[in-house]
Amino acid sequence: MTNINFLKPSQHNLKLNLIMGLSLVFLSIFDVFLYSFFDVNLTSFLPFFLSSSLPLIIGMFGLYLIRIEYSGIKNLDNLNKNINTNNFNAALTLLIIFIIIKVLPPIVSWMILDANISGDTKDACTGSGACWTYIKIWFKRFMYGMYPNEHIWRVNLAFIFLVALAFVGLFTPQKFKKFLTLYYVFIYPIIAFILIYYLISGGALGLEWVETGAWGGLSLTFIVSFFSLIFCFPLGMALALGRRTDLPVVKYVSVGFIEFWRGVPLITVLFMSSVMFPMFLPQDFFMDKLVRVIIAISLFEAAYVAEVIRGGLQALPRGQYDASKSLGMGYWKMHIFVILPQALKLVIPGIANTFLALVKDTPLIFVVGLLEIIGMLQMAKTNPKWLGFAMEGYVFSAIVFFIICYAMSKYSYNLELKYKTDR
Amino acid sequence: MKLKKILPQAITLLIVIVIFGFFSLNAQINMATRGIDFGYGFLTQESSFDVQFSLIEYSGSDSYARAYLVGLLNTLLVSILGIIFCTILGVIIGIARLSPNYLIRTTAAWYVEFFRNIPLLLQIFFWYYAALRALPLPQEAEPMLGSFFLSIKGFYTPSLVWINLDIFIYSIIAALVSIIFVRIHAKKLRENEGKHLPVLNISIAILFILPLLTFFIGGVSVDYELPILKQLAKTSFIFEGGLSIPPELLSLVIALSLYTATFIAECVRAGIEGIGKGQREAAASIGLNRKQVLNLIIMPQALRIIIPPATNQYLNLTKNSSLAAAIAYPDLVLVFAGTALMQTGKAIEIVSITMLTYLTLSLLISLLMNWYNARIAIIEK
Repeated sequence: MTNINFLKPSQHNLKLNLIMGLSLVFLSIFDVFLYSFFDVNLTSFLPFFLSSSLPLIIGMFGLYLIRIEYSGIKNLDNLNKNINTNNFNAALTLLIIFIIIKVLPPIVSWMILDANISGDTKDACTGSGACWTYIKIWFKRFMYGMYPNEHIWRVNLAFIFLVALAFVGLFTPQKFKKFLTLYYVFIYPIIAFILIYYLISGGALGLEWVETGAWGGLSLTFIVSFFSLIFCFPLGMALALGRRTDLPVVKYVSVGFIEFWRGVPLITVLFMSSVMFPMFLPQDFFMDKLVRVIIAISLFEAAYVAEVIRGGLQALPRGQYDASKSLGMGYWKMHIFVILPQALKLVIPGIANTFLALVKDTPLIFVVGLLEIIGMLQMAKTNPKWLGFAMEGYVFSAIVFFIICYAMSKYSYNLELKYKTDR
Repeated sequence: MKLKKILPQAITLLIVIVIFGFFSLNAQINMATRGIDFGYGFLTQESSFDVQFSLIEYSGSDSYARAYLVGLLNTLLVSILGIIFCTILGVIIGIARLSPNYLIRTTAAWYVEFFRNIPLLLQIFFWYYAALRALPLPQEAEPMLGSFFLSIKGFYTPSLVWINLDIFIYSIIAALVSIIFVRIHAKKLRENEGKHLPVLNISIAILFILPLLTFFIGGVSVDYELPILKQLAKTSFIFEGGLSIPPELLSLVIALSLYTATFIAECVRAGIEGIGKGQREAAASIGLNRKQVLNLIIMPQALRIIIPPATNQYLNLTKNSSLAAAIAYPDLVLVFAGTALMQTGKAIEIVSITMLTYLTLSLLISLLMNWYNARIAIIEK
């Protein structure tokens, strides 16, 4: 009698259930697969509602049949534990699989199969897919903005130097290791500034002058975020220390500064730098737009960095302060040799996250007329020769930003794990 | 010893005074030479520009102050809609990230990674210029569920026409007040006599029954107006009537919600993960059932972890709504710091008002958060 009840999944009718269940699941996925890849609807004779929900019903029944506890088959147990714990989970599992099958083909065919990349003009794009020719032709503009083509090597060279100089820390002999902080905080920014100024901007050493208005694209994103980072860091550190002192004036000035910048959106800060700030400067004093933007972003980010560093300072146990005071250290000695090294180590992931936010915020500089990659996209979109390729541009820059930001966030996550185990 | 305390403060004060003095001096000289006078008198002048989308009645003959109000209300509208949707989505994604189901967990994780790592501005542009531009023209729009139309000109839904709306609103307020009383009473009953009232069920019942009563007694009735396609010229069609949501608002709300939901999801996940397993086991061991464990033990503690960072994200969303200016949604930045600034040339006044507005919003939300935090904080003996 017990064998008749074959619909109830149990170990006794394991084989039958397994065969029936798996084939039902397979059938449901196959139906959706056929429908989405070959446009064949196996159940078209049924009413629309039934026909569209049939795969789900069949699949759920199949998954129900193979939901056997302690079946003794390792893979089946794993499967049940992961994607098939109850009916609700089974339904969600199937839905996700169906959506992937349904959504993937159009995306793949748009991005790869039907796409065009050959040719130099809009006419080369004949397929129904993406027109990567557009990206190919505009690639230099997206990377370097309106920077003259024959001088692009200067930008590349400057960035290669900057990256190479950033890795100096890995190769310094033990003897000079103690100067490393000094190098990164003071010398490196100065070298970077000189490199950018003479190499990218030019105007000396026989290099042609390129005004900052012509800079743009992804390289401008890097320049703005790089300089903002090195300027906002010392300021943020000072503000964080200022907020934690017991000197009322210093404390409230710091608190006021931090809360002000944290309370306003970046776009208004940029507006301020472009329309309000020139009013505050002496009449014949000219300040480049890019410089104003970098100052504005640095002040803005300094407030966020200050809060991150304050978190690190607060996380240090009181004993560290007491111990260094009992050794007779003064305020500066205590902070430079004991507190800050530990606190900064704690906040590296936080700083990395702030920097990530900074990189994602740089596109906003388009409101003051500086065109980094997204600004260039908006400009290219309105070019009469290349109308109608907005989607390609957005997908391209989304991929670029995703790669940069994802790599950075993974790196900061790894740092977090690394420093967690240290303590 | 005293000098050590006074000197740094004096230097700080001096720097602040010098910077402010230098700036204001220059500003005075600059304004004098350009013939601009400083003052907020322009706020009462006629603005003479039009705004596409406004919650209150507004025309070019209204004052700049009213234009400011229009912008502020539009900013608040986007922020509130964004906060509602990002919370719903964020909670779902956050819980999905802790799901025992591998596929759901991974999908949620990829959702977070994907939308978090792409600049918000790009997402707004994508929805506005690429996704919503692919929608059909008004005359080709297919009706969804009868009378909802999604077209390139925006989203059109039937609008509700109320009769005696004020009575209905009063009834809702009355319902909310009585719910508060029920809660207080239930708390008293629980603490004094140990009896439990089903507060949630009673609250829901009051919230439905009281407004419903107004339909039968108070003379409240509701009618609806359908959006109807109207031909302007040979090839130009628009929808008339009903409620129209412009594509700018639509794309802004979509982008802001999708983006901020990733951060809310992370807060929710951290909050739920932050509750030790021991809490759950201890609650179960004193005989609470699953629902009680969730409602009385897990959620109150998880909320304590979730609320502060989530409020921070709501604040970010409000500030990010200023990106509306990039797609010409008439928010505070576009209407006031854009158009009004262009017309009046009063840079200092307008930018300072705009910044102060955002600052006030931020400080209000932070104060609210601090008050809430103090209320729910664990009081350690």
